[in-house]
Amino acid sequence: MDRDPIVRLRGATKRFDDVVAVDALDLDIYQGEFLTLLGPSGCGKTTVLRLIAGFESLDDGEILMNGTSLDGTPPNKRNVNTVFQSYALFPHMTVFDNIAFGLKMKQIGSEVIREQVTEALSIVKLAGLEMRRPHQLSGGQQQRVAMARALVNKPQVLLLDEPLSALDYRLRQEMEIELKHLHRRLGITFVFVTHDQEEAISMSDRIAVMNAGRIEQIGTPTQIYEEPENMFVAKFVGEINVFEGRILDVHNGSAVVDVHGQSFKVQNRKNHLPGQGVKVLLRPEDIMVYKEEEADPAYPYLSGTIEDVIYKGKTVDLIITLDAGETVFVTQFFNEDQENVIYRHGHKVIIDWPYGWEVVL
Amino acid sequence: MERGQRFRNAAIGLTLVWITVFVAIPYLLVVLFSFLTPNPAGTVTWEFSLESYRSIFSPVFLKVCQSSFALALGTTALTLLTAYPFAFILTRIPEYIRRTLILLMIIPFWTSSLIRTYALIIILKANGLVNGFLMGMGWITEPVSILYTQVAVFIGLVYTLLPFMILPLYASLQKLDRRLIEAARDLGARGWHIFFHIVLPLSLPGIIAGSTMVFLPALGLFYIPDLLGGARSMLIGNFIKDQFLATSNWPLGSAASVLLTILMFLMLGWYFVVSRRANQGDMKELA
Repeated sequence: MDRDPIVRLRGATKRFDDVVAVDALDLDIYQGEFLTLLGPSGCGKTTVLRLIAGFESLDDGEILMNGTSLDGTPPNKRNVNTVFQSYALFPHMTVFDNIAFGLKMKQIGSEVIREQVTEALSIVKLAGLEMRRPHQLSGGQQQRVAMARALVNKPQVLLLDEPLSALDYRLRQEMEIELKHLHRRLGITFVFVTHDQEEAISMSDRIAVMNAGRIEQIGTPTQIYEEPENMFVAKFVGEINVFEGRILDVHNGSAVVDVHGQSFKVQNRKNHLPGQGVKVLLRPEDIMVYKEEEADPAYPYLSGTIEDVIYKGKTVDLIITLDAGETVFVTQFFNEDQENVIYRHGHKVIIDWPYGWEVVL
Repeated sequence: MERGQRFRNAAIGLTLVWITVFVAIPYLLVVLFSFLTPNPAGTVTWEFSLESYRSIFSPVFLKVCQSSFALALGTTALTLLTAYPFAFILTRIPEYIRRTLILLMIIPFWTSSLIRTYALIIILKANGLVNGFLMGMGWITEPVSILYTQVAVFIGLVYTLLPFMILPLYASLQKLDRRLIEAARDLGARGWHIFFHIVLPLSLPGIIAGSTMVFLPALGLFYIPDLLGGARSMLIGNFIKDQFLATSNWPLGSAASVLLTILMFLMLGWYFVVSRRANQGDMKELA
């Protein structure tokens, strides 16, 4: 993959009255990648998209596309297209006319338009629905028309503003896979905005987690999920358990941390110093659960009581109240070898985790 | 619950009585009269006749129709051209200015339209404000005669009916989804293209509603031609009025009224067809 940034935001700032929606944001978007802007509503992710599309103008900083500033370039002159949230299809036009709109604006001959619209329709698997009007289509079909209407213009960058949020769960999962295929097939850069972390993780090459107009962390889905750089990212992406601790000792990239009177050995990636208060973060699936009688005083553990057992089919979720008072959320995958290990409400258990699976902040 | 139910029934009942007494019965009388024989002494003779409908297609009435339609069409066109930009701007300005402007537009309604028409006479007459201004600026030396011409009638109709065009246009433009305009820009459309391909087609229901509300009254507002156009300006409204008050031919006046009503229903039908098509954008799923 060519690693030149196709779109580059430098200190991009946008204010609405006194509210800073996008705050001195730096972001490089590379040719051909699937980049997701992930964040809670109001974090500025849609504004970033609208700045790239040209619907909003910058108060400060600049946006470059292929190395040239986009300052003063209106939306109709930018080589990007948008798939709008809830699609914004033209209600008075047929599917064909909706998709052909961009080409007509470019004064392309009607033969060529017919050809390209037909091709776009087959890409999104809607061949044969040319003469329908948007209101005669299902939500999923409208979504596809919106995709085709943008893609037919062969943009360098496709901007997608929560395009799946209006679809029901099943359809959304289907469209996630299809979007991913489409991205791979067309090789166009996708910039995708969502507040749904599952969507972000399953589709993206890279995720930029946004909060209050800034990027908290940018990286691959694995990096974001496994190595969150701060509490915001850790808590926003997936479930996580947080233990308060204190560093007792450090040596050679690892550290000993005290959690509820037990000394756990952890990795010391952030170079914490002895005496420092830290947070030890653990994903529910990274925690191990044992029966109380399996406790070995040679190893550290936390003891507690099973509060709830939630059977999920593929997994079992356990809610455990530690003797120290905290509630811990644990996800266990079924283990064929341990079929007889069945937890019940009220069982006394102990938990620990493999060295290095934790994140210490 | 019980009380709410009773109130609802009472409200609906009262409205029905109201409409029956003040709309349906008088109108059915008009329809009935149009099929009877005129009585020169006033009212009608109870004898079935199609004579009124036959004489509606006489050259005299057709001539009245022709000039009346021309004037009403002109009025509709001019109000549309002036109201559209105004209504469009109304949707784009801050709330408090918008409210003020709409209020200013509505205030004249607090005065009788008849009195406002008299006020127009003062403005348009030979030594009135318009001529005073034009002569004061030295652009003309003799007063132009505006009052008691077709032009004065035209001005009077446009002035009186303009708000009826602005309000439906405003309502329909206000409803227009801004994201559709953004989508059009995103797809490469510039100003005029956006207007002709998106804004204009989607505001068509407002255009038709406004045109209906201007065109039909423009055919029927008899007192404006009476006051501003002098004695010889005959419109359908004046024609109908004369049949009842001057020549005592109630059946003929009724037949002309029925004709206007049919025209109104045709325009309403057109409006419903077009607005249904334009409003289907709201993500509705039809089977």
